[in-house]
Amino acid sequence: MLDLLTDFIAELRAVGIPVSMVEGLDAMRAVGVIDVGDRQALKATLGATLVKNSRHLPAFETAFEVFFALQRRIPEGGDHQSTGEGGLRTESGPGRASGGDADLTQSVLDALLAGDLAALMEAARRAVDELAGMEPGRPVGGTYYLFRTMRRLDMDQLRSELRSDLSAGIDPDSALEKRLVDEEVESRLGRLRAEIEAEIRRRLVADRGRESVARTLRQPLAEDLDLMHSNRDDLRQLEDVIEPLTRKLAARLARRRRRRREGRLDFRRTMRRSLAAGGVPMEPIFRTPRPHRPEVMLLCDVSGSMATFARFTLQFTYAMASQFSKLRSFVFIDTVDEVTRHFGPGVDFAEAMIHIATEAEVVWLDGHSDYGNSLERFLERYRSEVTPRTTLIVTGDARNNYRPARAELLGDLSARTRATYWLNPEPRSYWDTGDSVMSRYSPYCDGVFEVRTLRQLEHFVEQIALPGSGIRPSKRAQLGLSTGR
Amino acid sequence: MEFTDPKVVASALAEADYLADERIAQVVFLADRLQKPILVEGPAGVGKTELAKSLAVISGRRLIRLQCYEGLDEAKALYEWNYKKQLLRIQSDRDHEWSKLEDDIFGEEFLLTRPLLEAIRSPEPVVLLIDEVDRVEVETEALLLEVLSDFQVSIPELGTVRASSVPMVVLTSNNTRELSEALKRRCLFLHIGYPDAEREKEILLHRIPGLPATLADQVARVVRSIRALDLKKPPSVSESIDWARTLLALAVEHVDEEAINGTLHVLLKYQADIEKTAKELELAAG
Repeated sequence: MLDLLTDFIAELRAVGIPVSMVEGLDAMRAVGVIDVGDRQALKATLGATLVKNSRHLPAFETAFEVFFALQRRIPEGGDHQSTGEGGLRTESGPGRASGGDADLTQSVLDALLAGDLAALMEAARRAVDELAGMEPGRPVGGTYYLFRTMRRLDMDQLRSELRSDLSAGIDPDSALEKRLVDEEVESRLGRLRAEIEAEIRRRLVADRGRESVARTLRQPLAEDLDLMHSNRDDLRQLEDVIEPLTRKLAARLARRRRRRREGRLDFRRTMRRSLAAGGVPMEPIFRTPRPHRPEVMLLCDVSGSMATFARFTLQFTYAMASQFSKLRSFVFIDTVDEVTRHFGPGVDFAEAMIHIATEAEVVWLDGHSDYGNSLERFLERYRSEVTPRTTLIVTGDARNNYRPARAELLGDLSARTRATYWLNPEPRSYWDTGDSVMSRYSPYCDGVFEVRTLRQLEHFVEQIALPGSGIRPSKRAQLGLSTGR
Repeated sequence: MEFTDPKVVASALAEADYLADERIAQVVFLADRLQKPILVEGPAGVGKTELAKSLAVISGRRLIRLQCYEGLDEAKALYEWNYKKQLLRIQSDRDHEWSKLEDDIFGEEFLLTRPLLEAIRSPEPVVLLIDEVDRVEVETEALLLEVLSDFQVSIPELGTVRASSVPMVVLTSNNTRELSEALKRRCLFLHIGYPDAEREKEILLHRIPGLPATLADQVARVVRSIRALDLKKPPSVSESIDWARTLLALAVEHVDEEAINGTLHVLLKYQADIEKTAKELELAAG
């Protein structure tokens, strides 16, 4: 058990969950006082002692399922005879005798209808036995087997039968009732899916050993997901972390602001106060510094792959809007348009991005990024509104499709702003490869940041929103000095 | 009572009208065994504070509560010298020597105990609830550390006060900011989320006597449906209890569109949320 725990802790650390030594010791002490045979108890115990952040719980669950997969919770009364023959029958192809299939589908359906967990687990075990066709040593992931089992189980039919059974006796005209039934169906099917997944994982672990399975299942935490290459599941996860992340960041900034006391001496009030002490200025009084809130202009490339990144940058920045005195947003592909009116508190960003795609005039020629032309248009239309109070943030990969970069335009803009930053979602090593012209622009920026994850984005916003940050010798950009890290 | 087993904890809590799932019971059991504080985190209104109260009830201990807020300091959390009384004491006998007097005025008599010190000095064990610990500043958190790990408080004039009995400590957090590592390390972590439909139904039945099972079932399912929407403030357990009470009081037997439409404001606290829900659930405009 001790070895197992040590390995488990090492796995948690590998996923990115910080587990301190004290916490590891706590876990070992805790395991000593519980019934180790009880899987749920063990899970609760390890969860309480090792994981101290709710965002890390999903990663913990996955690791736990893998490491303690072999400790099965065996439901009473399951018949185990199918295990032996299962392997033989599996690979008989799609056109096999339907008797077994129908029987299996029926038992899955019964278990689903009864909502009985033990029966469901047994059904899941049989389904994996008969349908997944797992081959020892074959280097495919669990998802492959899961997909295969689910497809053969005929989920659509299960869904429709479950639905018709559950909606017996309800008012067929009521949209609400229908919705509730649908949700119940999905929740039960979800449970079935989870059981099948667990069963497959158990077998994979038995076959290949836990370390290797854990490695294949390892997933980055949401704040470390790559913003540019995220799939739909990732996007949902990102959505979920944005809100807590920004809230915490705002709280942190507000606190730091309050603590700062670097205002100038308030002479009049100090003298007034000193009268109470017979003219001795016992207690100097300082002017409270007016909190500096930068005016922010966001200029986002929304072509193709940049769109997702732009969306999260916008969403993150708008969530932080209270930290800025003004926030305006512009999007461009090969020309530029202002989109500030589409955003605001309580706006659904996925929807807003669709609006932008249809309404904003960002395509001039052919819909391929043209940074040069976009900068020119931006200067033409908004030159007068860029002031020394403005912090300009450009986001994009600087892939200009071999068009003129016209970096001097950015220099012109940059000279008018308080600070200019560039966020590039590509890894630093890709910059200036192919049609990327990052190094042409970077001399005119006060900072060029690689922002591939929410964590990096958070770090960036924290830097620019702090008082005193970004104060630069305004000549620096004109002298062509780069501050790219 | 003694917590001999997680199951015993769960059933005792159930008797105190708190339906704990396996995980909660397990963590409570561990906290008792290892004598460690529990840090409970989760959205508002899922019964974090309630857990501490129920623990006090089932263990027959006194509940001492420290409500945290921004600006909470030592004088309000730990102890304070009763300086008015000290002044009076000094004035009342001027003839004594200073050295003697000094020993005198920093004695127990002049100490005002605040919740943390009180919990530690209590002769019989108590339940200490430190509510919404995420509201204090990071610096103030440090005040708690000594109490939480060693169950002692250092007072410069008196020395270290050790716990005469180990209190059971519950900290709650709404997660508005990241708590410090040092604090988290000393605690067992318990995340309480929204319950699933079945458990919510049980909670409703438990909390509201006379609620028909079918109504509880419907309420739980509608609430689950609403929580799945993307809302500013999803309905919490306490709000779904309120809602079920309202429906019961209105003698609604069957939750339909009309019933929801008329009472949605009990469940949701933002107009935007109410509108969105009405739209999503396709309730007739009301």
